[in-house]
Amino acid sequence: MEQQINDVNIQVATVNGTGSQSANLILMRSIFNMSVPVTAKNLFPSNIAGLPTWYTVRAHHAGYQASRQALDILVVMNPNTIYDDIRALRPGAVLVYDSDMKIDHALRDDHINYGVPFSTLVNDATQNVKLKKKVINMLYVGVLAHLLNIEPAAIQVAVSKQFGKKQAVADMNLQAINLGRDWAAEHLQKQDPYTLENIPGATEGKILVEGNNATALGALMGGCTFLSWYPITPSSSVCENLIDYFNRFRVTESGKAKFAAIQAEDEIAAIGMVLGAGWAGARSMTATSGPGLSLMAELAGYAYYAEIPSVIMDIQRMGPSTGLPTRTSQGDLSFAYGLSHGDTQHLVLLPGSMAECYEMGQIAFDLAEQFQTLTLLLSDLDLGMNTWMCDPFEYPEAGHDRGKVLDAEALEKLSEYGRYADVDGDGVPYRTLPGTRHERSPYFTRGSGHNAQAKYSEKPDEWKAGLDRIKLKFETARMVVPAPVIQAGHGEQNFGLIAYGSTDAAMIEALDRLKEQGLDPDYLRLRALPLHPSVEDFIAAHDHVYVFEQNQSGQLACILRAEYPHLAPQIRSIVQYDGAFMSAKHILEPILAQEQIKEALHA
Amino acid sequence: MPNPTKAPKTNHIGLSKADYKGGATTLCPGCGHNAISNHIIQACYETGVDPFMLGKFSGIGCSSKTPAYFISKAHAFNSAHGRMPSVTTGALIANQDLIGLSVSGDGDTASIGVGQFIHVIRRNLDMVYIIENNGVYGLTKGQFSATADLGSKLKKGAENPFEPIDLCSLAIELGCGFVARSFSGDKKQLVPLLQAALSHKGTAIIDVVSPCVTFNDHAGSTKSYDYVKEHDQPLQELDFIPHFEEITVDYDAGEVTDVKLHDGSRLTLKKLDENYDPTHRPNVIRQIHQAQVDEHLLTGLLYYQDDKPSFDQVLNLSETALCSLSAEDLRPSREDFAKVMQSLMG
Repeated sequence: MEQQINDVNIQVATVNGTGSQSANLILMRSIFNMSVPVTAKNLFPSNIAGLPTWYTVRAHHAGYQASRQALDILVVMNPNTIYDDIRALRPGAVLVYDSDMKIDHALRDDHINYGVPFSTLVNDATQNVKLKKKVINMLYVGVLAHLLNIEPAAIQVAVSKQFGKKQAVADMNLQAINLGRDWAAEHLQKQDPYTLENIPGATEGKILVEGNNATALGALMGGCTFLSWYPITPSSSVCENLIDYFNRFRVTESGKAKFAAIQAEDEIAAIGMVLGAGWAGARSMTATSGPGLSLMAELAGYAYYAEIPSVIMDIQRMGPSTGLPTRTSQGDLSFAYGLSHGDTQHLVLLPGSMAECYEMGQIAFDLAEQFQTLTLLLSDLDLGMNTWMCDPFEYPEAGHDRGKVLDAEALEKLSEYGRYADVDGDGVPYRTLPGTRHERSPYFTRGSGHNAQAKYSEKPDEWKAGLDRIKLKFETARMVVPAPVIQAGHGEQNFGLIAYGSTDAAMIEALDRLKEQGLDPDYLRLRALPLHPSVEDFIAAHDHVYVFEQNQSGQLACILRAEYPHLAPQIRSIVQYDGAFMSAKHILEPILAQEQIKEALHA
Repeated sequence: MPNPTKAPKTNHIGLSKADYKGGATTLCPGCGHNAISNHIIQACYETGVDPFMLGKFSGIGCSSKTPAYFISKAHAFNSAHGRMPSVTTGALIANQDLIGLSVSGDGDTASIGVGQFIHVIRRNLDMVYIIENNGVYGLTKGQFSATADLGSKLKKGAENPFEPIDLCSLAIELGCGFVARSFSGDKKQLVPLLQAALSHKGTAIIDVVSPCVTFNDHAGSTKSYDYVKEHDQPLQELDFIPHFEEITVDYDAGEVTDVKLHDGSRLTLKKLDENYDPTHRPNVIRQIHQAQVDEHLLTGLLYYQDDKPSFDQVLNLSETALCSLSAEDLRPSREDFAKVMQSLMG
């Protein structure tokens, strides 16, 4: 049997609330610690305890971070899903099951079946009845460690990290892992090809991080001082991480806080506080998900028209309505772009990696203040709550760009000042902050019609001039928001690919597979709205482009067709919206169905 | 003839009354809200509020327009309907040196904004929260508000089948440390109450009954919604607003006074007497309930308690306002940042 080295996709089916998360993290970190690139995806229910959850650890020598749907090894620990889990497992895959469960009748001949008496073995690990439910999960880590040849030292480090200073807990869990490993070594005849080998340097200096943590760290470094939020999955961990960082780095020696973190009564109040703080000059943000974003629509329009710097981190989940709170989606794109009634538009950032969750978490505040407007960062559950391997983040060298703010001294030099006057011809006015001691500083902020002097106005020409000036501001912003990243192919394909956000990880892998089919198309990764002019050039340069996204209606494709009607026939929308994480397969299949396969390319 | 050489009278920070003036009002002549604006000017002038450090906040409605009519030297944020408390919270926490003075109406506070009203009190944000309460939606031309038909005395006619929300009782129940009620035309009572509210550290609620001169919605009124509808006059063409004199009252502590409103209905105000103890909560609640039985509207400082920390104190904010902190103040050191990265490795 030929070995398959450093390419394995392992899934553990458990019940949530049983402590399996610790075991899964130890499994993932152990592989990372033995220098094999890894990624983990958590498919969990919208529930606290008792419902099925599937945790997938993928190890791959090339460092692929996207989900791979087909499993190599499945560990079934949840009796409620066991039959469905086995039915869905591909032929040839490995099944690890609890032989104490008496499910022999459900086993299939086309799987490699490893029965382990987990329920009996756990009695040797602990006599504490309460702990058994948790410790049993460590046994499968041990079994997998044996099957995959995970280094004991790598496991030890992972266990220490998981349990920190709780030495007795760490010892007991390590003992359980060893128990599982020893039992497997003695009783299991290895029949599968999967194994892991240390790749020197492959994970050295890398970090493992969730996007919501990266975004929170970005907000910290970006100078956010004001957070107001209402808990909602899958965005809550942005706020929880940020509050942790606030408490760690923003408390003075005398115990004073250089931040405010407020749990609001609802999302309407959360965005209201963000606007109040942004207006007063603090870098302010909230984080939310679909239903919360809907509630914020009213004041989002206020921020647009009254021109108030503000930031929303929207961690997208599957809608419409309550939808699937724990499934990923890119379904908020068009709603977020025009969030609110009337002709409203916002700056939208589309991070596609951990580095960008971090960087865009910072520049969201610069853009909001530079353009005096609401800036939305659209992450999603896949980026936000899954664990990704990447390079460490860089310490920012630049200071904060606070935009056009006039202090008393600057006001003194002016002969006149209008809050909404376009002095520089870029559509961006100058603002003053309350508390500025100058006769010209105070102005009346309102969401109703106003003129360049911030006076109430219903005059048609003043109203239209105001809207047109704001539109010009967005034309200026178009050139300042992060430009698309274009990866030129080496083949001579007449088609191009467009994607954004968490789809990028699947695209990286899909491009490698396409090369094997002789296809090496150009790829444009969009990073922000409004659209940078290079997007138009890219589409125009190709016979047709495929736009990949994780929503039903092809929202980016719609935006592109509306913005470039002359190019509309060239835009083909490919969508994925069943809630599964985007995989290379989702990209490859539609392309290969429509394009001529050529001779393999060797990169 | 005024004497041009005579210096205007100034307050203790050297400002004249003119430094507190606002824009011309666009509300109906005789509207109680205009009187309240003047009382705010008087109170801020007498207290010596620095206009540049004042933040004026409001929601939507006739009342919420009024910050444009007083103290133009202060920044103002006329927010969205029912959202004033949250916007005020953000602004005053971002810059705790600002003095927050907010104006809302009965629709803005008791209906669409009742959640934010409750939670701003719960947090005890250091602000003055004035409700200009006329029991009616003036700006949309005369629908009942949730405070309408208070003890059936505020208005007659068209039956409001629902119990009114008493914002003062609600505020006391929520633990608000400063709860007062007054009448727009009672300068002698309202100006000192506003001054006291400005000096209170925490949320100060003042419910000010302020009669609507135009839409007192009762049967037989020529200003009522039904009358206008029956007489087939499109609402948007309702451009004749009769002039009324502002209603003023002047009565002493412990006294009861009857007020005749523009629509002919009567309101009985009872001023708290000098022996009233606003810090004794059980007694306060008993007296308010008794007044409701007597069909009196109790006015004055109903409840006072100053031992609760305000929201900025709870948050333990640094002396430098959040809005004034720089990148250097806010970023962890390179060493600390490296430690964060280290913790994410394996």
